[in-house]
Amino acid sequence: MTALPLGAVDVDLHPMVPGLAALEPFLDPLWRDQISQRGMEGFETQSYPPNAPKTVRDDWRPADGSKPACTVEQLRAQVLEPWGISRGIVTPLYGVQLVFNEDMAAGFTRALNDWTRAKFLDEDARLAASIILPMFNAEHAVAEIERLASDPRFVQAMVLVMGETPLGRRHNWPIFEALVKHDLPLAIHAGSCWRNPVTSLGWASWYMEDYAANQQAFQSTLASLITEGVFSKFPTLKVVLLESGVSWLPAFLWRLSKTWKGVRFEVPWVDRSPIEIVRENVRMSVQPFDAPEDAETVDRLMNHLGSDEMLLWSSDWPHWQFDGPPRLPPGIGPDLMRKICVENARATYMRLAWETVP
Amino acid sequence: MNVIRPEAAAGRPLAATQGLIDVDIHPRVRSVKDFDPYLSAEMRHRLHTYGNRPRHGFVKGTPYFKSQPLASRRDAWTPEGGTPASDPAFTATQHLDFHGVDIGVLNPLQPSGQGDMNNPFSVAMAHAVNEWQLDQWVAVDGRLRASVVVPYEDAEASAAEIRKRAGDPRFCQVLLMSRTSHPLGNPKYWPIFEAAQEANLPIGIHAFGYSGWPMTNGGWPSFYIEEVSEHATSCQSLVNSMVIEGVFERFRKLRIVLIECGFGWLPSVAWRLDKLWPTLRDEVPHLTRAPSEQIREHIWVSTQPVEEPPRPEQLLDCMGWIGWDKILYASDYPHWDFDDPRHAIPSYIPEAKRAAIYGGNARRVYGF
Repeated sequence: MTALPLGAVDVDLHPMVPGLAALEPFLDPLWRDQISQRGMEGFETQSYPPNAPKTVRDDWRPADGSKPACTVEQLRAQVLEPWGISRGIVTPLYGVQLVFNEDMAAGFTRALNDWTRAKFLDEDARLAASIILPMFNAEHAVAEIERLASDPRFVQAMVLVMGETPLGRRHNWPIFEALVKHDLPLAIHAGSCWRNPVTSLGWASWYMEDYAANQQAFQSTLASLITEGVFSKFPTLKVVLLESGVSWLPAFLWRLSKTWKGVRFEVPWVDRSPIEIVRENVRMSVQPFDAPEDAETVDRLMNHLGSDEMLLWSSDWPHWQFDGPPRLPPGIGPDLMRKICVENARATYMRLAWETVP
Repeated sequence: MNVIRPEAAAGRPLAATQGLIDVDIHPRVRSVKDFDPYLSAEMRHRLHTYGNRPRHGFVKGTPYFKSQPLASRRDAWTPEGGTPASDPAFTATQHLDFHGVDIGVLNPLQPSGQGDMNNPFSVAMAHAVNEWQLDQWVAVDGRLRASVVVPYEDAEASAAEIRKRAGDPRFCQVLLMSRTSHPLGNPKYWPIFEAAQEANLPIGIHAFGYSGWPMTNGGWPSFYIEEVSEHATSCQSLVNSMVIEGVFERFRKLRIVLIECGFGWLPSVAWRLDKLWPTLRDEVPHLTRAPSEQIREHIWVSTQPVEEPPRPEQLLDCMGWIGWDKILYASDYPHWDFDDPRHAIPSYIPEAKRAAIYGGNARRVYGF
């Protein structure tokens, strides 16, 4: 496999919080005390069972059985150094978004963001981070954006793709307003807050179904953002889909755009075809690349995507998406590779400082 | 295709050299009283007093209001003012004769009682709908074939209904709605698959129904346009479930026809599962074949709606990935998004492939 081009940006890195105790220094006493008082056991989520092979690539699990992917040293040794990553965006997936008590959820989310800042951003200048958003109360989410937006190392805000209500719903609009104000993209990451079954047909029997269900969730979430009129109201809002897969997007848009032509009277504020909206406002990370490993099919898919600006390179560390050195889909030429690995991310994240480009 | 004004002149597609088979026609009752002769006194009382109890809140109509009355073409009401597709003679005049349809597959929708919250009622209704199809449609027009409507939330009763109809050439498939209360691969539904395979009947799964769960895995959407778009995601979930639960490992001769589900998404679903399988094989050791292979072998799709990509070759790519032998023409008569067979299958598709879509593929999967 070819090495990544100089200046490569990895937009999807997942430090794993080693446990609730790690958040204690960053918690208000009210919440900190409850950890031991109530015997809280941790926020690892069913979306990424800690011992499942998908959650941590085997060669990234420490041989001594200690916790994987929880320190900046591990991130440096496994990804940043060997692969020559210029900038990386860290997004912890610790399940603060699952907590039902909205005050507690906001408290632990603040602590998680502060943990990320102290343990990763302060430790390595190559790193940037996502502001994890507490989504059960829009006021809490806006407050968290306002609290952290002045730190330029926070380059986007992140929500899980399977929320309590479809993301485009109007009660979330103050969040989008705050993001636009600070020029922060909205990252939507795979995973569920477990308020709804992972399929519209109910709960699934196998983890493989849970993981596969993300593909449906991204379609539904994009449909919601588009049809509710989020991009009409906030035309400069950038949305980045993380760990979304790629190959589902074109056919989804063909269908939605066709249906829009038929019933657009229902959503008169949608003034452009969904295909156009997505091409302009939405970007996606390349892992998992859900297509056959043959250059011809990949070439056709790139044609279906209709733009060389859509894809952002990611390793999805420490999730097991590929073995060995960094991967790009087969048949991607050097120009497109440079767009995917460097330029598209730079164009998406204005907050990534240009001067660090070699 | 969105019919603004149907083409005024009758005509049949020239490329339909292997017959013109429409796998999606929706016969409708004039009123639910049409089912009375086929129901017990108790179930008649239930139907007229409590009515259908689908897994949503409204007594009349649907939770996401359609774009047009009864989601139908404005010109589909009968000259006597009857509901769309409630009269076989007018259905023939407006569609079968008009477009030269050789064989039409009947897919009755609500008020068929499928997916009702009350299983005994659903069982009784399914039987009634099947008898009604035979008496009021198939006996009247020999081009029509009935579907075995099954009360799918009661799999044992469904299997019994399938076995009762097995071997009757007037029935050509088992019919399910796509939004079941559990993901369709769940072992709870396996008696249906077993009986269908035994009867050598394909299972047609028509997009629609109410699972009782939110229409997205992130909650209830707001609009009809989303409900329509979410048919694709619910069908993706049922394919994922059938593959991952091992339905096609257990029932090797099962044939699934996805009707009005769209199809552009199918290659990506197969690739997604193929990509996942190697990293999660330890969880699903019962899967011995690549998911894409299983999908390629066991699943057929219908046109209507045909995805409309910006460039023709993109649709050709997509149809090729699914398999040219797997795509069946459907009109969706009498609904608003009805596809005139002359325009539904774009002429840039090579003629032999169009012939297969119009008729040859349906002949093979249904054994017509």
